[in-house]
Amino acid sequence: MSEFRFWFAGQRGTLLALVIFLVMFSIYVVNHPAIANGGFTVDTVGDVVQTAANKGVLLALVAMAQTFVVLTAGIDLSVGMVFILGNCLASYIVAGSMPMAILGALAVVAVGAICGAVNGLIVIFGRLQPIVVTIATGAVFFGLALWMRPFPGTSADFNSDLADALTGKLFGVIPASLVLLAVLVLVIWIPWRRSEIGRATYAAGSSEVAAYMSGMPIRRAKFLAYVLAGAFAAMGGVFLTFFTYSGEASASNGGTYTLFSIAAVVLGGVSLFGGRGSAVGAIFGALAFRAIGDLLFVFNLDPLWQPLFQGVVLLLAVSVGSARLFQVRNRLELFN
Amino acid sequence: MPTSEPLFRMEGISKRYGGVRALENAELTVEAGKVHAILGENGAGKSTLIKIMSGVVAPDEGRMLLDGREVTFADPAAANAAGIVCIFQELSLIPELSVGDNIIASNPPKRFGMIDRRAQRKLAEEALKRAGGGDIHPSTLVRDLPLSRRQIVEIAKALARKPRILILDEATSALTASDVKTVFEVLKRLRDEGIALLYISHRMHEIAELADTCTVFRNGRNIESYAAGSKSDEQVVELMIGREYHNVFPPKPVPKAETIKPVLEVDSLTWAPRLNGVSFTLKPGEVVGLGGLDGQGQRELLLALFGVLRGTSGQVKVDGVPVSLKSPRQARADRVGMALIPEDRKTEGLMLPMSVRDNLSFAAMSMFSRAGVIDRGVERRAIDEMIRLLAIKTDGIAVPAGSLSGGNQQKLVIAKWLMRRPRIILLNDPTRGIDVGTKQEIYLLLRRLADEGAAIVLYSTDYDELIGCCDKVLVMYDGAVRRTLVGGDITERALIASALSIDTRTDEGAATLTPATA
Amino acid sequence: MTDTVSTVPLKTRSWRDQLNMPVVTAFGCIIVLLLLGSLYSPNFLSPEYLLQQLKVGSFLGIIATGMMLVILLGQIDLSVPWTLTLGAMMGCAAVSYGPAGEALAIPFGIFCGLAIGLVNGFAVAYLRIPSMIITLAVNAVAQGLMVAYTGGFAPQDSASPAMKLLAAQSTLGIPNAVLVWVVVGALAVFVLSRTSFGRSVYGIGNRETAAYLSGVPTQRVVMIAFSLCGGLAALGGVLLAGYGGKAAQAMGDAYLLPAIAAVVLGGTSILGGRGSYIGTIAGVILITLLQSILSVMQMAEFGRQIIYGAIIVLMLLLYGRDKRMR
Repeated sequence: MSEFRFWFAGQRGTLLALVIFLVMFSIYVVNHPAIANGGFTVDTVGDVVQTAANKGVLLALVAMAQTFVVLTAGIDLSVGMVFILGNCLASYIVAGSMPMAILGALAVVAVGAICGAVNGLIVIFGRLQPIVVTIATGAVFFGLALWMRPFPGTSADFNSDLADALTGKLFGVIPASLVLLAVLVLVIWIPWRRSEIGRATYAAGSSEVAAYMSGMPIRRAKFLAYVLAGAFAAMGGVFLTFFTYSGEASASNGGTYTLFSIAAVVLGGVSLFGGRGSAVGAIFGALAFRAIGDLLFVFNLDPLWQPLFQGVVLLLAVSVGSARLFQVRNRLELFN
Repeated sequence: MPTSEPLFRMEGISKRYGGVRALENAELTVEAGKVHAILGENGAGKSTLIKIMSGVVAPDEGRMLLDGREVTFADPAAANAAGIVCIFQELSLIPELSVGDNIIASNPPKRFGMIDRRAQRKLAEEALKRAGGGDIHPSTLVRDLPLSRRQIVEIAKALARKPRILILDEATSALTASDVKTVFEVLKRLRDEGIALLYISHRMHEIAELADTCTVFRNGRNIESYAAGSKSDEQVVELMIGREYHNVFPPKPVPKAETIKPVLEVDSLTWAPRLNGVSFTLKPGEVVGLGGLDGQGQRELLLALFGVLRGTSGQVKVDGVPVSLKSPRQARADRVGMALIPEDRKTEGLMLPMSVRDNLSFAAMSMFSRAGVIDRGVERRAIDEMIRLLAIKTDGIAVPAGSLSGGNQQKLVIAKWLMRRPRIILLNDPTRGIDVGTKQEIYLLLRRLADEGAAIVLYSTDYDELIGCCDKVLVMYDGAVRRTLVGGDITERALIASALSIDTRTDEGAATLTPATA
Repeated sequence: MTDTVSTVPLKTRSWRDQLNMPVVTAFGCIIVLLLLGSLYSPNFLSPEYLLQQLKVGSFLGIIATGMMLVILLGQIDLSVPWTLTLGAMMGCAAVSYGPAGEALAIPFGIFCGLAIGLVNGFAVAYLRIPSMIITLAVNAVAQGLMVAYTGGFAPQDSASPAMKLLAAQSTLGIPNAVLVWVVVGALAVFVLSRTSFGRSVYGIGNRETAAYLSGVPTQRVVMIAFSLCGGLAALGGVLLAGYGGKAAQAMGDAYLLPAIAAVVLGGTSILGGRGSYIGTIAGVILITLLQSILSVMQMAEFGRQIIYGAIIVLMLLLYGRDKRMR
């Protein structure tokens, strides 16, 4: 069926990310000490997968957030800070009875969306460069997080049941976090991708001028992209709270997540120049990036080397992903 | 069934840009079910006319009547809604999106809030078939299509908007010969369906085959409309000329002796697909012009000579020594001595917010500095000399270059390069958009520079300039030099004829268009 | 097919345009802050306190100088935090290599910064990787290197006496750090206004295409500018290490946003091509005063972050938009 052929060609970046992830993760699982000691049982593998999934999903959520903005040929350097803000806020309001806790989680996501909206408004209506705007708004968001949680803490009636449910296993085997991710992809990503506004987002990243001339809703699309980015980053923050049961305003953690989200996005086949790529690819890129980092642990390499290792991977990924030198024949095209 | 009221009429349309009159009391009548060709030289006003019709710009004076009722268009969307769709030369396709997505770019069919892919695909297929692109799969990404196919998609996109008037502005420039045939069949079918087609082209044989009515524009006015085939090619060319010579050009010297060695020799310079084996020689003291229609490789030739293009093949020799120039820095070096006055002074020639002084010394900083430090005194003297030499009107050298008039800005660009005393000067349409007085100053300057030994290559879209300034004109077509006109042979008729390829001597190339590469 | 368009000459600028509005505003804000500060504390306007502020500001000033170069090009350097830290740590590390090491500590630290900057510059100029991306990645690599080197602990090497001298001591009543800034600043002014390199920087920032077509060695200029930015960041780090006695983990993180803010608030356009060093000086003083007022007011860290971010956005909206003729 030729439709499939086209779909396949378009998903090349995503599929490559999937392959990288599968390879990395297999190496990881096979060499994991828990497996080495306890053998290859459903339990041991299941535990290893669950822990990996939880950590991976954290990054995957932030990577999805970054994807929306990168598709518009922009970049959001505040995702890590919205992530932290979400974490701190969630540590307060994901509390009480189960319905209250769920409401609280949704409220945090809404706050994240508002942060994204602020970014979007300034970038679109202020006609400013996203990179500088988001560095500045990131500081503001971090300030808010710090105001909420000057010291790490949690609320007295933090609803740990909800947290455990979403970080545990479904049917004893499948990590709930992965299910959550799958649900998000099905319920948000795919409908958005197939909508007119989602298409306009890709168009804006590919050629904003042509998209405008063709009458596509560019402004709305870019604005929604920033809002979704904020929402997803906040979701990541909520998830971190589920993991740690507490909120901590850590600037270095926020910075790290921003950085890694870019690595994940590039590894996932999303073009930094806009118009190409998929959040699914970013998810695989995030999982792969995490797996690469964890390889060090598994091979008993000094964990001190991990930041360097990950930094080098990031460097290579972005270099290969953005070096344009080799395609250009008229040197004037190198300047915009 | 002929209607008494024409489908669309423009009356008394005028449009000025600054001091230049693009359209002067122009009028046009468009009838349904007819193909109406519009002819004219560069700058005759065709483009402005189309922009007004399709809502891109608003006229200063005049009115438009659709079905006998007056209409105004606030933007292209309004014109589209009224049934007027234009296919411009610059493609409006989004590379990373599929063909189907591009064709149904606005208002796609929807289901549950998402785009109904199947319905959209059907609409796209219909439009593609109508446009003669039935072999293009709607799911193909536009960036994977060669240029010729992209133009078909552009046509399909226009057709999907159900136009009553379809305007094609040089829409076949990138198509292969067989594509052109298919497109013509499509256009004729559309005409028979009752759509009015406006077709702008330079290609006489295409017009002969397609058009029912023709209109010639000149100097912003509608000169004459006539039924296709009722005039000979010569007569049409005469209509397109008919301008008075009000430019004064400096006298040309006696042609150079054959024994003088050329300063520049170009042999089979190729840069696929825009340059296909350009060969010529240039002697010191010669002013050589590049003629031909827009987009035949003239601009690329200058860029290739100046070291901007990668992947060129062929040989270039300066003073008999082969050179391989990989950057403007190498091209301007003393042993080569080239200079390029680029096409767009605002984005390629000057830094408008920077001062006149900074702009003037930009290409020659190494001449006034020692160990990287600029000697302000030496710089100042050189700048003052240039300003005097070229009579640049400016409020001092500290004002931003953007505050100068267009003509003085262009003089600034030229002065910047003259500081280096270049031996080979390349000019890319230098007098475009400049007032008559400055133009003449530039003509005098060019001749004087040539007399002092420089070799000049001048690309111009103005026939008067080519005739008045050049000792030799290379008329380019499809990336190669099609004809060389020397001395008294350089006439407007010869220039237009060679450019339009209706010269019988070179008729072989006239009906064939080189297939565009992917 | 293009139609001829002629341009109408702009009127000669009024005196108001001649003044560099952002710089004037920055100095105005400085005066406002000084007055505000004096309301909170009577010492605020005392010479000792102001001199102390100048001293603290010198470190930022040196770092901001490098950042200004890169921003003038229309680029950005996000690797300043760990270049700074790496320079500091390497400088201190050299101290433990005997008297020769101690003597070369400062140059070695700066050299490390130059090398990092060179990597950035190469990637931007020759590989055409967007500067924000490559400098983010290089920052991560530098961090990785330092974490591996120090084992995650606070570095134990102490700063050399020379470093301490430059950073903490004074000469004839003027803090040495200020003198270093003055020297760096004077060089910067000279380079920017009197050398072909400086002109090229402005030209590239304004219109890289036109600079390239004029034969300016754009790639070389970009590489050198990034290298200088790295070197100056490292110099700032070395001095900070001297001030504190030793280097510290993540000591550079607190300098990235202020460095960018100082440059932008001083009137340098984030898009490049426009800006004067005086403005950067004003921006640095402004940020330093802002920081000290916030601490005098005992504003918590969170408040400072929010105010920083908000002010930068505001200034960008006022001056950062593209008003250039195209």
